[in-house]
Amino acid sequence: MRWLSQNWETLLQLTASHLALVLPSVVLSFLIAVPIGWAAQRRRWARDPALTLVGILYAIPSLPLFVLIPVMFGLGLRSAANAIIVLTVYGTAIMVRSAADAFASVPEDARLSAAAIGHSSWQRLWMVELPLAIPVMVAGLRVLVVSTISMVTVASVIGIQNLGTLFTDGFQRGIVAEVVAGLVVTVLLALVLDGGCILMARLLTPWTVSQRRVRGASAWT
Amino acid sequence: MDLIQQAFAWLIAPTSWIGDSGIARRLSEHLVFTVVVVGVAATIALPVGVVIGHTRRGTTLVSAATGAARAMPTLGLLTLLGLGLGIGLVAPAIALIVLASPSLLAGAYAGVQSVDRQTVDAARAMGMSEPAIIRTVELPLAAPLILGGLRSATLQVVATATLAAYTSNTGLGRYIFAGLKGREYAELIGGSALIVALALLLDGIFALVQRVTLRDPHRLPVTTERHHP
Repeated sequence: MRWLSQNWETLLQLTASHLALVLPSVVLSFLIAVPIGWAAQRRRWARDPALTLVGILYAIPSLPLFVLIPVMFGLGLRSAANAIIVLTVYGTAIMVRSAADAFASVPEDARLSAAAIGHSSWQRLWMVELPLAIPVMVAGLRVLVVSTISMVTVASVIGIQNLGTLFTDGFQRGIVAEVVAGLVVTVLLALVLDGGCILMARLLTPWTVSQRRVRGASAWT
Repeated sequence: MDLIQQAFAWLIAPTSWIGDSGIARRLSEHLVFTVVVVGVAATIALPVGVVIGHTRRGTTLVSAATGAARAMPTLGLLTLLGLGLGIGLVAPAIALIVLASPSLLAGAYAGVQSVDRQTVDAARAMGMSEPAIIRTVELPLAAPLILGGLRSATLQVVATATLAAYTSNTGLGRYIFAGLKGREYAELIGGSALIVALALLLDGIFALVQRVTLRDPHRLPVTTERHHP
């Protein structure tokens, strides 16, 4: 507690740098993965190669990648861009599979009905498939957010500032309270953003809430 | 691209491979550490997962464990245990056993739970004891998913064993930390490439083993890994 009272400014600063790495990575992963996941689901031939490729990407350990990406892209080892690229690689690997599953969860009847009432395939995607894919998509997004928050701490060993810096600094100077504070804040941050995802899903899919209410009501009658 | 050439030169130089911090030594440390950690984790987690899958009690334990393992930063656990237990292999070994267990637990649980209830009831109706049902019916049918759990746990440990070099003098991760500290870029990049190659090799071996076990003519096709919200 004493460590915390003396260092809360550092803690806030590191939390801010942590989020500055996590949020762009999550958004980029999501934007890259959803079209790939959609294509993998809609074009049969693309599914296996796409899923195998993301499986291979996901198998690569993160620490070596933090070293190899800057060499390949000519970036600074300690640059934020390096961390964001690495995190986006893993994030995309996680999210492609979820996105493919999410589009697979859209009932075929709904797709056919949308076609029958004259929706173009573009309208069908935006007005039918995407909304119905939200619940499964958000399940994937939650895994993406929580894993990214945890994984970015690895970047601290090569000198990229984030909450993981509390682990390296605490370890080197032998301050247990600092490491514990880092662990607690990282996990709390994951819980808060995870809760945010759940809330967002509720707001985006009001029909699932009313379905829940109907089911709850029928259980009482 | 000079750096890549230097790293390649380092990788193929015979002198890099011998000695106390040579590649041969570091590679075997890394592999032995991985095998021991996965072995211990499997001894603990697999039986628990099988029992949970069989009795269907304690399923919340599985989802809580996998969720917590995902949110828990590996480096935080490593450095905390390192501070408590000192520099050496014990701290990273414990941290990695903790982190590898949820994948194994989830694989065993999902595998056993996915076995058709009618199959299990048929075995029970034939008069098989519960342990016999687990051994001769559920385990063989659950094998693909258990193997899947073993695969993700192994990959996770191989990757994290790299980080273990931060708090102890072991494994291929040493090249990264020593390289960063001494600005030995050939070693840093060459070592990183070796770790990536090792992880992909192990993943490939698991993929092959999974394919072969699935092709077993005595086995009915089993649906593997289905994600449901």
